[in-house]
Amino acid sequence: MNRRKFLTILGTAGVASAMSTARVAEAGGGVHMFPYWENSYGVLHDTTRCIGCRRCEEGCNKVNNLPKPKKPFADLTVCNTRRRTSAYEWTVVNKYSVDGKPVFRKLQCFHCNDPACAAACFAKCFSKNADGSVTYDGTQCVGCRYCMIACPFYMPGFQYDEAFDPLVQKCTFCAPRLKEGKLPGCVEACPMDALTFGRRSDLIKLARARIKDHPDKYLDYIYGEWDAGGTAWMVLGPKASTPPPAGSHGDGEMKALGLDTQIGNRPVAELTYGALGAVPMIVAFWPVLFGGAYAMTKRKEAIHKAEQEAVEKQAKDDVTTALDAAVRKIEETQGQPAADAARKAMTEALKSREALDSCHASSDHGEGK
Amino acid sequence: MHSHAIVIPTRDKLFNMGEFFRMSPGNIITAILLGIGLILTIMRFTMGIGAVSNLSDNQPWGMWIGFDLLCGVCLAAGGYFTTVACYVMGMKHFHSAVRPAVTTAFLGYLFVVIALLYDLGHPLRLPYMFFFPGTTSVLFEVGLCVATYLTVLFVEFSVAPMEWLAQKFPFLLQWRKFINKCTIILTIFGVTLSTLHQSSLGSLYLIAPGKLHPLWYSAFMPMFFFVSSMAAGGSMVIFEGMFAHKGVHHYMDSTHLREADEVVFSFAKAVSLILFGYFLLKLTDMFVQDNMHHLLSGYGAWWLVEMFGFVLLPCLLYAKGSRERNIKLCRFAAANTVIGIVLNRFNVSMIAFNYALPSSERYFPHIMEIFISMFVVTMIVTAYRFIVYHMPVLYEHPDFKDAH
Repeated sequence: MNRRKFLTILGTAGVASAMSTARVAEAGGGVHMFPYWENSYGVLHDTTRCIGCRRCEEGCNKVNNLPKPKKPFADLTVCNTRRRTSAYEWTVVNKYSVDGKPVFRKLQCFHCNDPACAAACFAKCFSKNADGSVTYDGTQCVGCRYCMIACPFYMPGFQYDEAFDPLVQKCTFCAPRLKEGKLPGCVEACPMDALTFGRRSDLIKLARARIKDHPDKYLDYIYGEWDAGGTAWMVLGPKASTPPPAGSHGDGEMKALGLDTQIGNRPVAELTYGALGAVPMIVAFWPVLFGGAYAMTKRKEAIHKAEQEAVEKQAKDDVTTALDAAVRKIEETQGQPAADAARKAMTEALKSREALDSCHASSDHGEGK
Repeated sequence: MHSHAIVIPTRDKLFNMGEFFRMSPGNIITAILLGIGLILTIMRFTMGIGAVSNLSDNQPWGMWIGFDLLCGVCLAAGGYFTTVACYVMGMKHFHSAVRPAVTTAFLGYLFVVIALLYDLGHPLRLPYMFFFPGTTSVLFEVGLCVATYLTVLFVEFSVAPMEWLAQKFPFLLQWRKFINKCTIILTIFGVTLSTLHQSSLGSLYLIAPGKLHPLWYSAFMPMFFFVSSMAAGGSMVIFEGMFAHKGVHHYMDSTHLREADEVVFSFAKAVSLILFGYFLLKLTDMFVQDNMHHLLSGYGAWWLVEMFGFVLLPCLLYAKGSRERNIKLCRFAAANTVIGIVLNRFNVSMIAFNYALPSSERYFPHIMEIFISMFVVTMIVTAYRFIVYHMPVLYEHPDFKDAH
């Protein structure tokens, strides 16, 4: 999704709140819906330095007490297969190809500034912390896995093999170690200095400096600076000698590293806020709308009934007048007894017809009120 | 007519279970599916979700969400559709269609929640969403609305079991009287909640713009889901009426039978209009999002199949059927619409979801997942039959004629 499309979607959400966020996006900066921690930490992954040794995977596995993998970490051939993070592998290194040369990239939770997983969770399991980490508390997890649908980076894994306490698992930024003043396990294990830990604002300056000093080596794009509203973990990619012809800036090169630059520069959860904002409107207005429709129906029925009654009364009056006239005529020509007999017979005939009518009516509208 | 053949439970003989124990093909298939389902249920809850499904980290929502939840809720829309038509719009001749529609809607939602328990990692923690409400989550809104609406449907439906059990427990009539007074409030409450959660099921996917194919992803997904749920609601009344006439015809009274055809034609006309509106909405959205170039791809062809074969075609068939008063054509169109709705929900949740992933990482439901979904449907049908055999749903109870 490019920026124009992103704005279109926000703009067409049709709700004032969404309109105002679109304006902010245009300004290229950000009001952050989640508390954005100014001095939070991050990690810069320089893929030009990464050699795919998988020490970071091993370090992560060790400090987090994850189950040992089937293939040992020394086996580097696994980098050739496209892997993703899972409940038991919180970070993996994959091999990509730029200019025919291998480039390795480490995958883990990006620890977004405004995480989609946290916005999507309906039991408040995720929190974005002041140190920059996005952590998950499984004790109140319902196991709906909407966080996994929401994550634009396909990061959280779920323990499908666990019958009684299956949880979502992902990189924690080694939050417990950060509290002790230690580095994350992967950063500590990296022998090539491909992972740099620091304040996010400093890391952006550092990345800019590297790009400036080696304009031929680096692609002028810090992945995660703005993507998905900004992430704590960011990636620098190598510059390709013949940049792919793809559309927007950095698109093709980053795609070669399996990174999506089309996510947009706003947190994806904002895409749902227009719809969520409409909820109170519907709650407030629907009863008025349908209550009004009901009132109109009732009124129409009442008018219809009154009209029908008027017609019936008119018809009855007409019959009575005609009957009287007929009886008077008989009285004039054939005398009083004949007139009385005629009146009696006619009244009875009318009564029996009325009874028949009402019987039909009740069987026709027996279910009516 | 047939009304004299209806078995009405009495004070002494409250149950009428004989129908379930006849050796009919329907009963045998039901028994087999329920048996398989029970075994799979034990497997699911002792060995974990992974043991019975192909769900993965890339595809955390599969058959159970795509069919049981999305289709289940959508196809149970007949409840709000019929009650609004009858009570709010004053189309009194739909009255005999209200109880069957409310019954199926109630069962539909009830079993959506039951099916959800299979999908959740911690099914017993479902109420946690009320204790730790994640108010930024669309799923929270869906859960809140479905829980509330299920309660409303239970109250609306409860009149039927009350009339049945009042034979033995006459005090239940007080409740029945009270509910009948609240009909219009319940109806308006129901349509408000339905609007919210039917649309929110579409909103669920708004958060995944990169994962869902652009032809299906749209800022208007909530509206698409809501509009199509109306079409689904009307079509399901016709569609399940078709089966009810086959299976439980002898439980319908003369009023129901006399009104049934008129209900079909009226609903056919309404759904035809709604489907046409839906078609225009989707078409406009496709142009507005500048998705024309996607139409030439495989997904584009699939989108065209959905739009023309399962939206425009049933729309035209409905129009023709209601105009010519051709009941068979209307029923065919209803089946066409229902399949189309299921197809659309499958597209959003599975077929066009994760479209950019290599095929080796894509999802196809495990046979056991499909059997669990079939098990849920079988439970709905069985519960429906139990209700129809015991409660005045397809007929009016002689004690309560003209009483509502």
